[in-house]
Amino acid sequence: MTGGRHFGMTALVWVVLLTMPFWINAIGGYTELATRIVVMALAAMALNFLLGYTGTLSFGHAAYFGLGAYGAGMTLKYLVPSTALGMLVGMAIGTLAAALIGALIVRLRGVYFAMVTIAFGQVFYFISFRWNSVTGGDDGLTGWHRQPLDLGLMRLDIQNHDTVFYYLVLACFAASVGAMAFLLRSPFGRTLQAIRENERRARFLGIAVERHLWLSFVISCAFVSLAGTLYALLNNFTDPRALRWDMSGNFVMMAVLGGMRSFWGPLIGAAIFVALQDYVSSHTQNWMSVVGSIFVLVVLFFPRGVLGLLHGRGPT
Amino acid sequence: MLQLILFNVFNGLIVGAFYALMALGLSLIINLSGVINFAHGGFLALGAYLAYSLMPFVGFWGALVIAPFLTAALGLVVERVLIRRLYGRDPLYSLLLTFGLAYILEDVTRYIWGAQSLPYPIPPVLARPLSSQFFFLTGYRLFMVALVAAAVAALFVILRHTRLGMRIRAGTLDLETVSALGVNVRVLRTLNFGLGIYLAGLAGVLAAGMLGLQPTIGTSLIMPSFVAIIVGGLGSLPGTLLGGLLIGVASGLATVFMPSASEAIIYAMMGVVLLLRPRGLLGEEGRMQ
Repeated sequence: MTGGRHFGMTALVWVVLLTMPFWINAIGGYTELATRIVVMALAAMALNFLLGYTGTLSFGHAAYFGLGAYGAGMTLKYLVPSTALGMLVGMAIGTLAAALIGALIVRLRGVYFAMVTIAFGQVFYFISFRWNSVTGGDDGLTGWHRQPLDLGLMRLDIQNHDTVFYYLVLACFAASVGAMAFLLRSPFGRTLQAIRENERRARFLGIAVERHLWLSFVISCAFVSLAGTLYALLNNFTDPRALRWDMSGNFVMMAVLGGMRSFWGPLIGAAIFVALQDYVSSHTQNWMSVVGSIFVLVVLFFPRGVLGLLHGRGPT
Repeated sequence: MLQLILFNVFNGLIVGAFYALMALGLSLIINLSGVINFAHGGFLALGAYLAYSLMPFVGFWGALVIAPFLTAALGLVVERVLIRRLYGRDPLYSLLLTFGLAYILEDVTRYIWGAQSLPYPIPPVLARPLSSQFFFLTGYRLFMVALVAAAVAALFVILRHTRLGMRIRAGTLDLETVSALGVNVRVLRTLNFGLGIYLAGLAGVLAAGMLGLQPTIGTSLIMPSFVAIIVGGLGSLPGTLLGGLLIGVASGLATVFMPSASEAIIYAMMGVVLLLRPRGLLGEEGRMQ
């Protein structure tokens, strides 16, 4: 990707994101949809840190997304009514779980890695589903609400103003995406890409491959769990579906649909996917068939995604 | 108490036999083609519902014989039209494709047969308990275990003693050499896929008699099958069988002592196995890592 083109793309992305609440109603959307797009884009980009830039196929990221969501929701419901603390706790729980599970799985590769991440993803689904008294079980965690945010000098009323909440989400998105871009440009990020391109050569160069994979996994999951906390705050609700396997598959789909070899690809994928899901599920009962067909069609005909198509390059 | 434990161990074995049957099919496909077939659960459900629709015409036994073959035939079509295009590509793509197929199959099942669960009638001969003390030993359960055992035995005989089976095993180890020796690898992969889907269809018909029919019947069985493969060791079919039975019994026992953990325990087992022996119980060292 050339520097100028990348700069143009980045500028365009930010202009669109910053102005979205002002025009999304005009094209048939609503503010909450805009927020959902940004949240899902954060999750998909965080997944792509691992998928596109480290070359490791994780199909279980919904687990950390859901842990973030439950961490935030349960903090607000049971501990303290503080949005900021809820986000911190949610992110901490998701990251901790990723650190533990990551240590178990970094020695696995390819199909095996994918399968183990899928299977581990289900643990938390069953816990949230079964532990009725605390998590609300299948009905989900209700009876709490995101609280206004005190920033010392000013008070952000994210509770009653959807647009204010949108900009809070966008700020979190910007910070996370900035951090990921910084990491990917650092020697650490270059090392990850070297591992993706040729793991054996990287190993011969003396790179501690497992440690890098583990770090990449944990970083990716940390941002996914942040997205999860925002998702719970957005809905003032979370249920086991937030951490079920189909959610993991949707994240991977967003990354592939937009183009997983470009930085902004997953954002585009998330926007298309979320908007489409919203539209389809309000028009037909059989949205699963529609979404499933999109999966099949994208894989067969657009494996490089929207941005890969535009740039005329992508994974071979 | 003893009776309760026996009951749950037996139940666990039955459930484990299902996991094993399903996991063996998945394993066959992963080993030869490197495709994680997420739609396996969808095929299982389809097998069950096909048997349900066939039953008025051919009876219980006819449906039991025909439905798995119909499911396998559909599997062959799916392999030839869709999955074949993705061999040799990043496993990401076949995973996403079968994931989409799983969505479609579940939705189609729901569309055709409805979202409500349907009862699956079994012959009265099989529905009776065999003894009053061990009330849980119904004929159907014993029959099921026997049939799964027969199917697994047949599978292993096919793999060991027929030309097709030998080629499948050889292809699992080194597909390129098998191809260079003049075996049509494309056909081999198609047949292998069909064999895997046949097992899914059979598991579906049997599961229907025990659990009844609902569109999500397959999705609830597929995750434990993944765990069975991982615990047993990827690349080893006996390992998959062992893994399936082990996690079945483990979740059965957990039902006695801590019912809420009956699902979580199999994942805990998987964690322990990965910690102590990352290749799985019977997996070969260095394979699939």
